[in-house]
Amino acid sequence: MRRTDSTRYTFVFATVVCVVCALLIAVSAVGLRDRQETNALLYRQKNVLLAASLVKPADDLPEKALQKIFDDNIRVRLVDLATGELLPLAKQDPKTYDQLKARNDPAQSRVAPPNNAGVSRLPVYGAAYFVMKGDAVQLVVLPIEGVGMWGTLYGFLALERDGNTIRGLTYYDQKETPGLGGEVSNPRWQAVWNGRRVYNENWEPQLVVIKGKAGPAETDPMRVDGLSGATITSNGVSRLTAFWMSNHGWARFLKRFREGVKP
Amino acid sequence: MTVATAIFGKGERTALFVPIIANNPIGVQVLGICSALAVTTRMDKALVMGLGVTIVTACANLAVSVVRNWIPNSIRIIVQLAIIASLVIMVDQVLKAYLFELSLELSVFVGLIITNCIVMGRAEGYAMQNPPWASFLDGIGNGLGYSLVLMLVAFARELTGAGKVFGYVVLPVTTEGGWYVGNGLMLLAPSGLFIIALLVWLLRTWKPELQEKD
Repeated sequence: MRRTDSTRYTFVFATVVCVVCALLIAVSAVGLRDRQETNALLYRQKNVLLAASLVKPADDLPEKALQKIFDDNIRVRLVDLATGELLPLAKQDPKTYDQLKARNDPAQSRVAPPNNAGVSRLPVYGAAYFVMKGDAVQLVVLPIEGVGMWGTLYGFLALERDGNTIRGLTYYDQKETPGLGGEVSNPRWQAVWNGRRVYNENWEPQLVVIKGKAGPAETDPMRVDGLSGATITSNGVSRLTAFWMSNHGWARFLKRFREGVKP
Repeated sequence: MTVATAIFGKGERTALFVPIIANNPIGVQVLGICSALAVTTRMDKALVMGLGVTIVTACANLAVSVVRNWIPNSIRIIVQLAIIASLVIMVDQVLKAYLFELSLELSVFVGLIITNCIVMGRAEGYAMQNPPWASFLDGIGNGLGYSLVLMLVAFARELTGAGKVFGYVVLPVTTEGGWYVGNGLMLLAPSGLFIIALLVWLLRTWKPELQEKD
């Protein structure tokens, strides 16, 4: 029998391989973690700025410039989704809060009510991004998410001071078919949302993505052009918008926002 | 024998260049088809995926070849798999740290490099019997052969489906206000199969010695 075929040798060899592989992975994961987390945060901040139209999709700004625009114009506050109240800054610094992490942490989230947007857990606190001009609030940018065709769409919706009129939309993470459902990331389509309204006169979310083309925002404000060849993605977008604009999502906060709440 | 020929002799050249066309992993060995369907909707994605597979295949071949005389025969496949899986995780980590926006779209597929038959096929089929340097070159060669096919398929699909090459507009599509009606089918997985089949056909017409006698 060859030396390498004994049972003992096999076990020792397997153990050594496992330990070496585990060590290498651990080193690379820990060594790169800071950079990865910075990337993820910057990317989300960039998309808040995109939704607020403070940055244009074609702009290719360095990290520092993006960070400066964000710090100069945006104030983040945490909102108790169940009541719509702002959480005092002393309780939790919004800058260190990660809504996506909180959503997966049982201590900071709860099971979402039954819904057709594919949302399974809701964080207790959501991060609302107030877009400021001096001391005046211009817009609020709110995170939204829900299931499309292949996976979860993550985005931001920017609303005017009336808590109803849309001023911007981005989807920053999605796995839809490029060219079809993937067009949710197309700035051209996202621009169609500008000026449309979420709520009807009874403050129920009514905005839907339809099949085909909707009219201009002035005359047809509650409908948005569908994505051709991507009915499931379009429906997903309708449902997740309706869910996050309902009382389970941001509606209670938006009521206070209309009444003039400030960050 | 000079140093140069020792490092880059005939055997090494064969290991590096033959897999690019004459023994192309997709076109001739018909390995790695699944990922070739998934990541070929855009050329930048295909390029990064090709680089990822090239690096992983080369490093996996090198590592397997270095320890090939110590690997117990009964657990050799799982040892190869452990090495490959570790390398893939590291590639994914590096992408997330340095090419973040691309990693968002590729992350699922990068994980799937583990199951890419090319990597394991070369580790088991070549690196287990050959010295490290030749194995490394064989990995590079197979990776490049895979990348070449990926880029060709992606070029056809991105151009006809989205009217772009590497994200630059060549045929302005109607959804962007242009005149070209994008072919939606080219962006879905089946078109990948059609194009790969066409490439296999072309390759076998060009090199008739590749055709099997039935």
